[in-house]
Amino acid sequence: MTTQFPVSNGDAKSENGPAVVDPNTPLLEISDLQISFTTGVGEVHAVRGANLTVYPGQNVAIVGESGSGKSTTAAAIIDLLPGTGKVTGGSIRFAGRELVGASRAEKEALRGRAIGMVPQDPMSNLNPVWRIGTQVTEALKANGFKGSKAELRTRVADVLAEAGLPDAERRARQYPHEFSGGMRQRALIGIGLASRPQLLIADEPTSALDVTVQRQILDHLGEMTRDLGTALLFITHDLGLAAERAEHLVVMFKGQIVESGPAQQILADPQHPYTKRLVASAPSLASRRIQTAHVQGRESEELHAHHLGQKPPASNEAVKVTDLTKVFQIRGARPGSSTDFTAVDDVSFTLGRGRTLALVGESGSGKSTAANMVLGLLEPTSGTVEFDGTDVSTLNPKQAFEFRRRIQPVFQNPYGSLDPMFSIFRSIEEPLKLHGVGSKKGREKRVRELLDMVSLPQSAMRRFPNELSGGQRQRIAIARALALKPEVVVLDEAVSALDVLVQAQILDLLDDLQSDLGLSYLFITHDLAVVRQIADDVVVMQNGKVVEQATTDEVFDNPRKQYTRDLLDAIPGAHLVGNVAGG
Amino acid sequence: MLWYLGRRLLQVIPVFLGATLLLYAMVFLRPGDPVAALGGERGLPEAVQEQIRAEYNLDQPFIIQYLLFLRGVATLDFGVDFRGREITEVIANAFPVTIQLALMALVIEAVFGIGFGLVAGMRKGGIFDATALVVSLVFIAVPTFVVGFVLQIVVGVQLGWLPVTAGRDPDFISLLMPAMVLAAVSFAYVLRLTRTSVAENLSADYVRTARARGLRRTQVTGRHVLRNSLIPVVTFLGADIGALMSGAIITEGIFNINGVGGTLYDAIIRGESITVVSLTTVLVLVYIGANLLVDLLYAALDPRIRYA
Amino acid sequence: MPENRYEEPLGAPAVPAPRPGQEHFTAPSDEGGLGAVDAVKTDETPTSLWRDAWNQMRRRPLFWIAGTVIVVVVLVAAFPGMFTSINPRVCDLSKALEGAQPGHPFGFDRQGCDIYSRTIYGARASVVVGVLATSMVVILGTTIGAIAGYYGKWFDTILSRVTDIFFAIPLVLGAIVIMSVSSNRTSLLVAGVLAIFGWTQIARITRGTVLSVKNNEFVTAAISLGMGRGQILLRHVLPNSAAPIIVYATVALGQFIVAEATLSFLGIGLPPDVVSWGGDINAAQGAIRTDPEILLYPAGGLAVTVLGFMMMGDVVRDALDPKARKR
Repeated sequence: MTTQFPVSNGDAKSENGPAVVDPNTPLLEISDLQISFTTGVGEVHAVRGANLTVYPGQNVAIVGESGSGKSTTAAAIIDLLPGTGKVTGGSIRFAGRELVGASRAEKEALRGRAIGMVPQDPMSNLNPVWRIGTQVTEALKANGFKGSKAELRTRVADVLAEAGLPDAERRARQYPHEFSGGMRQRALIGIGLASRPQLLIADEPTSALDVTVQRQILDHLGEMTRDLGTALLFITHDLGLAAERAEHLVVMFKGQIVESGPAQQILADPQHPYTKRLVASAPSLASRRIQTAHVQGRESEELHAHHLGQKPPASNEAVKVTDLTKVFQIRGARPGSSTDFTAVDDVSFTLGRGRTLALVGESGSGKSTAANMVLGLLEPTSGTVEFDGTDVSTLNPKQAFEFRRRIQPVFQNPYGSLDPMFSIFRSIEEPLKLHGVGSKKGREKRVRELLDMVSLPQSAMRRFPNELSGGQRQRIAIARALALKPEVVVLDEAVSALDVLVQAQILDLLDDLQSDLGLSYLFITHDLAVVRQIADDVVVMQNGKVVEQATTDEVFDNPRKQYTRDLLDAIPGAHLVGNVAGG
Repeated sequence: MLWYLGRRLLQVIPVFLGATLLLYAMVFLRPGDPVAALGGERGLPEAVQEQIRAEYNLDQPFIIQYLLFLRGVATLDFGVDFRGREITEVIANAFPVTIQLALMALVIEAVFGIGFGLVAGMRKGGIFDATALVVSLVFIAVPTFVVGFVLQIVVGVQLGWLPVTAGRDPDFISLLMPAMVLAAVSFAYVLRLTRTSVAENLSADYVRTARARGLRRTQVTGRHVLRNSLIPVVTFLGADIGALMSGAIITEGIFNINGVGGTLYDAIIRGESITVVSLTTVLVLVYIGANLLVDLLYAALDPRIRYA
Repeated sequence: MPENRYEEPLGAPAVPAPRPGQEHFTAPSDEGGLGAVDAVKTDETPTSLWRDAWNQMRRRPLFWIAGTVIVVVVLVAAFPGMFTSINPRVCDLSKALEGAQPGHPFGFDRQGCDIYSRTIYGARASVVVGVLATSMVVILGTTIGAIAGYYGKWFDTILSRVTDIFFAIPLVLGAIVIMSVSSNRTSLLVAGVLAIFGWTQIARITRGTVLSVKNNEFVTAAISLGMGRGQILLRHVLPNSAAPIIVYATVALGQFIVAEATLSFLGIGLPPDVVSWGGDINAAQGAIRTDPEILLYPAGGLAVTVLGFMMMGDVVRDALDPKARKR
């Protein structure tokens, strides 16, 4: 049988699945692809000279940071480049047919039926005003489904059931907002595969989801594509994830492919300096060695004379949280009806001086609520927060104001954590001014000092947040948090929004600052992989409760609770590392 | 759903009471005596003035006056005006033609506003878009009465296509020009709203995903772009029903239509405060009703809004 | 940190030889500009958001057109004597409805007043009422909206209800009712009446913006510093809520000018002794079939002025659009 290339009035029923094709003829061949965007300042070359080959049934991953051109390359295949994007050169051949310059009708016929897509953000990729079933129906009809209404209904339910949605018939009648993120992503996967395409493009299909859900969905996606013989082009920022899921890797950086080849070869023996750095920084690949390195660093630190005094035994507690509980009242639709929601339920933990305590959990675990109570931003319903042996709730206003100096936060979103109207200087100076520290001259000196500390040039202080990158803003946020020389810094997902390499830099910076200044960190994160790189102790939270609490080594080597094990399993690349260590 | 409706209705009551009290107070709680101003230069004899005051409860304390007025509203009995006509009857006579006018204007602004807005939004930054933007600004900037006069002169007098004024018992044709004038400003807003909304939705993720599913461009435009863009537009149109009816005062004046506007204008000139307040109260009621309708429309159009 | 943690070969079974097109490829390492991953720009001058907006605005022709109109109108309103030496109130009935002649480019109206002079002097009433009403609305609306949005709880409940009450009365309708029963109609009164019924929109906008700004992490950071609530509102929240208020105020200025003209046109705005475009349009109304051009001059002045502010509102909106300035 030859390649079944869809034509506009194809009568092949979609249930037949992709036709059998020669596994040794490339399904997708991209060569010397050039893509540019027209902007106010002229042409921007988003992708330059990209080459890429995908064979039928194969899993290929494109790995890169934001702005690397990975999504742009994928979008170009089905001609869905955003805005002013245009393919300016090169060729994209699918099943032997040239797509660059193909007519609109040809491309429309190709989409859905021959090439499916699973988009990145499940929240924004389903039309909120149509039922899920309607949106599946649309996809089926557009791709030549010919059958009675009843057949169509059955097929819609099948599509959703295949994607792992239980009770599919009822689900089909619901609207997207009635679905959780994971369920929406399943629906999108179902739609992407509904018409049995030969190639499925999955653009960061799970990066918006909780880690455990992420794992389930990726497993399911893998199974489905394997069963159907669909080739998978997988776009991700996570090298570990890519290596785990694909046999062939393509690494992109600033619009160019810097390295490509068999996944395991690239992981084991990266050649390009960029790939080397990526492999070294990827948190999900962080083996025991980085932990060892961390501990070694710590030991050598302790040799420093001035740190010996500050690092007495564990009895020295910076923050002690006891039986902390927070109940929110959620107003119901009916007047007077309200339900209690316990966001944090009887949580206790202790942050030792000079140590890093990671509070780990998925969304809704209560970790951020707990952090806000530690920061004094939220009043606990019951329980106490002790800072340096003093119950924070007993402080009078003046003492409370002084207390603020000793504990400072750094938040997740580098775009929201700096006032866009304030220059960098004003942002860092603000805490000093507010607490009446130093003269005008002295404050300026301190701002310069702080910029040095976070490795930013002093000239940055005249700039505004919108001129800085995410990583730079996060450095500024750290500098501002350190301005008052606090003892405790609460890092609320402080590196989660950053690209891998920048994330590694910030983690290094935090580590350096901790040993230089004797800081204690309360590190809030959903990402266990990062925990291993930075934390001494771990508290795992789920649904407001503490599930497990131990040192980092114990949690990683010998998790006691199933939930912790699930979280650990969900770290992309964890199995790879396990294989390496075991074999 | 019922709970939501009930709660919204409950919220409307204090708003209605507050708004009418505000208007009532501003008309009746001011220096000067409305009755003394009646009867022209010489004024009415003192005895007649007293009689009028008693008739309209103007000799009562303000708050009693207001409560009596509210009772009138509740029983649909606003009393009689200074010329002895039943105000309820005056209102009943005035509304049908204004409602017809407002609905015609609504259709005009919806059809043309959405049509042009869709084209402009689909080709944002193009010639059509730029022209539509400037033209819509002109519609907003030129006051209704100027548009009215210009149309009267050009279409009515010089070209003779449509009747210059509507007069008593106007038919569809003679209301066409007033409806166009009344619709002019809102048309410009509908156009701009549709344009912005369409342009925004065009770059929405779910539109891209719909294309990736293999939908043809017309399908994507109709089912996804237009359907979603219409949510804010339809709610604007709903709220505009109230605005059009109260805005008709200018248009009706120019085209000599005996609707709510004309009657209100007449009452203002004659200093018939009771009639003015009664008519205004009904208009406020329509306005509040239209806004309530919008809330319900919104909930019906956007499944995400679920009466919480 | 070790460069590579995978010195030992992976424990997977023998990897099949790569297929054509999938051989191991490495780009020359000098390509791709690997240098500093995250360097701070040092070449350009620092740009705040306001400077950014300004840079964007001044590239647009519409900005210069609207700006010129506004400057000219304001100049005319402030110094009408600079543009005409004829007194608009001195009229000669014998010249009524005469056409253009030297020194009188627009001719004379029904009372024999010079139309050009009246059009020039009419600007002041519109600009004064517009600016006064807009200032009042901005002060009132921003204060109420900011308090409701920022302090929330019962502040919000009460203020939002009050806003709803005023919102339930359409601007022109409310103004007509109040003006019709007012004697002593000054510019201040007209502006005040327009402001009373016109502040709700800006209060709603401010409330919405403040609600979203106050959830920003920089506000939380300020709270963590121990900054007082009022101080945070003034230093962080309000400046960041300014953009939509400015945009709305520019457009509202135009709308108030139209509303004032409407009232004057109905004869319940400014008194006849004040020269105003609305009043002149009203006066011209009687001769509309015979001498429509009398009406066109004040109407034209009005339309150009309002158009100027509306266009400016458009340009400012584009420049301050939070969606456009994300990057």
